[in-house]
Amino acid sequence: MEEFLNTSINGLSSGAIYALGAIGLSLVYGILKLVNFAHGDFMTLGGYVAFAVNVSAGMPLVVAFLAALVVVAALGVALEVAIWRPMRRKGAGVMQLLLLSIGLAFVIRNLILFQWSGATRSLDVDQFQAWNPFGDVVITRIQVIVIVTAGVVLVGVAVMLRSTLIGKSMRALSDSFDLAEVSGVNTRRIVLYTWVLAGSLAGLAGVLAAVYTTLTPNTGWFLLLSIFAAVVLGGIGNAYGALVGGIVLGLAQEWSTMVIQPTYKEAVGFVVLILVLLVRPQGIFGQARTL
Amino acid sequence: MSAAPVLVAQGLVGGYVPEVDILRGCTLTASDGEVVVVIGPNGAGKSTLAKAIFGLITLREGTVTLRGDDITGAAPHQVTSKGMSYVPQVANVFGSLTVQENLEIGGVLRRNLMRERMDAMMSLFPRLGERRRQRAGTLSGGERQMLAMARALMPDPSVLLLDEPSAGLAPRAVGEVFDTVAEINAAGVTIVMIEQNARRALALADRGYVLEGGQNRFEGPGPSLLTDPQVAELYLGGAGAGERPEPPPRVGS
Ligand SMILES: Nc1ncnc2c1ncn2[C@@H]1O[C@H](COP(=O)(O)OP(=O)(O)OP(=O)(O)O)[C@@H](O)[C@H]1O
Ligand SMILES: [Mg+2]
Repeated sequence: MEEFLNTSINGLSSGAIYALGAIGLSLVYGILKLVNFAHGDFMTLGGYVAFAVNVSAGMPLVVAFLAALVVVAALGVALEVAIWRPMRRKGAGVMQLLLLSIGLAFVIRNLILFQWSGATRSLDVDQFQAWNPFGDVVITRIQVIVIVTAGVVLVGVAVMLRSTLIGKSMRALSDSFDLAEVSGVNTRRIVLYTWVLAGSLAGLAGVLAAVYTTLTPNTGWFLLLSIFAAVVLGGIGNAYGALVGGIVLGLAQEWSTMVIQPTYKEAVGFVVLILVLLVRPQGIFGQARTL
Repeated sequence: MSAAPVLVAQGLVGGYVPEVDILRGCTLTASDGEVVVVIGPNGAGKSTLAKAIFGLITLREGTVTLRGDDITGAAPHQVTSKGMSYVPQVANVFGSLTVQENLEIGGVLRRNLMRERMDAMMSLFPRLGERRRQRAGTLSGGERQMLAMARALMPDPSVLLLDEPSAGLAPRAVGEVFDTVAEINAAGVTIVMIEQNARRALALADRGYVLEGGQNRFEGPGPSLLTDPQVAELYLGGAGAGERPEPPPRVGS
C-alpha cells in the first residue's frame, strides 16, 4: 500500500509534466496539422529561462516561472508569424511542416547549448526537504511544487477550454478549421491564442521538469517521446485527452516499477499506449471520424 | 417577382489548383426572399460554386456581390459578418462539440444576440433543445443536418447558402429538411440551395439553375425547369421517372 502511494506520487509528478506538454502539442496538431517536434525544445528553453532568472540573477522561483511562461509564449507567437503562417499560406503539407519543426528543434537546442553550455544545471530549490505523512509514505518539497502548480494550471486550462468562448473556438478549430472560419470565428486570432497557450504550458512544463530533476539541453527532447505517447493515448488533437493521457502515462510508468526494473519504465509507457490503441484506435477521448 | 438582387455571382472562373478551372464562367443571382435551387450532375462544380461565393477558394475571374457590396476574395468570416451563412455539404457540424457549443460558435459574430438566437433555434428545432448537451458527433443524420442549419442561422443571416442539405438522409428526414427550408424562407431569409433531390427542390424553388462542367446549362423559374423536357431527360432521370438515385458516398467534397 505504501509503495503504491509512493509510486502514485511519483507518477502524478511526472504525469503532470507530460500533461502540461501534451495539451499544447495536441492543440497545435489538431488546429494546424503541425506535428511540432520543436515542442520539447520549447520546454527546455523554459527551463533555461528559469535558470537564468532563478540562479544566474538570483530571483525567486515564482519570477522564474513567469519569465519562462512569457518567453516561450512569445517564441510560439513569433514562430507562427515568421514561419508557420507563411508556410501554410504557400500550401505546405503535413510532411513539410513536420520536417521544418525538426530543423527548428535542432536550431533551438543548439542556441541553448551555445548560450548555457551542455553542463547539467538545477534550479535553486531544496531537493531534500520531504514530509512523511504516515508510515513510509514520503512526499518531497519538489513534488509538492510540481503537483500543486501543475494541478492548478491544468484545472484552469480545462475550465478555459470547456467554458470560455475562446476555449470553445479552439476546440472548434481543432475539429474543423474551415467550418469554424465560415461560422465567423476569427481563426487567425484564435491560432495566435493557441500558440500563447501551447508556449506558456510548454515553458511551465520545462521549469517543472528542471525543478523535478535536472536540466540539460536534451531535457525536453527526451520528454517529447513520452509526451507524444500521451497525445496519442488521449486522442490526437483532443486537449482534454492529452491532459488525461499524460497523467495516465506518468502513473503507469511509475506503477510498473513495483514489478519490473525502473529502467524499463519508458518502454512501459509504450506498452500501455499499444494496448489502449488496440482497444480504442482513436485514443481514450478521440472520436472515430464519421464524416 | 421584381425584388432587388441580393446575391450576384458573375462570370466565376476558378478552382482548387493553379491552371485547373472547375468553374468556367458560371453565374448566379438571388433576389430578396427567393428560393434559388442549383442542380447538376456529380462533379458539375456545384459545391465549388458555393465555396467560391463564400471566399473559400480563390477566383481567377468574376465578382461576387452581396447587397451591392463587393465580397469577391473576402475572408469567410467577413462574408458571414455581412449577413450570409453557409452550410457545407460535408463536415458541417463540429462533431466533438455539444449541440449548444455548436450554436455558440455559430453566434460568435453576434454575441449580444446569443441568448435570443439560441432560444429561436431551440423553438425552430425542438429536437436540438432535447439534445443540447449531447455531442454533435452522436446525432442522427437528420438531427445533424438540423444542427448544421441552426448553426448557420445563429448570426441571423439574410441569405442562407445550403449545399445538398438532404444528401444521405432517410426519406422522412428529407421531408423535414425541405419543410424547414420552406419555413426559414417564409421568415424572410433568401435561400440558395444546391440539391440532388432535384424534383423536390425545384418544386420549392422560385428559380433554378442547372450547372454542368462549371457552366450554366439552363436557368429559369423552378416549375418550368421541372417541366422542361430537356432538363427532365438529362437531370431528372427522364420524364415521370423517380428521383435521381443516391450517388455513391465520396471522400472529401
Ligand atoms: N478539394 C478539392 N481539391 C481538388 N479538386 C476538387 C476538390 N473538391 C472538388 N474537386 C473537383 O472539382 C470538381 C467539382 O467538384 P464539386 O464538389 O464542386 O462537384 P459537385 O457538383 O458539388 O458534385 P456532387 O454532386 O458530387 O457534390 C470535381 O472534378 C472534383 O474532383
Ligand atoms: Mg457537391
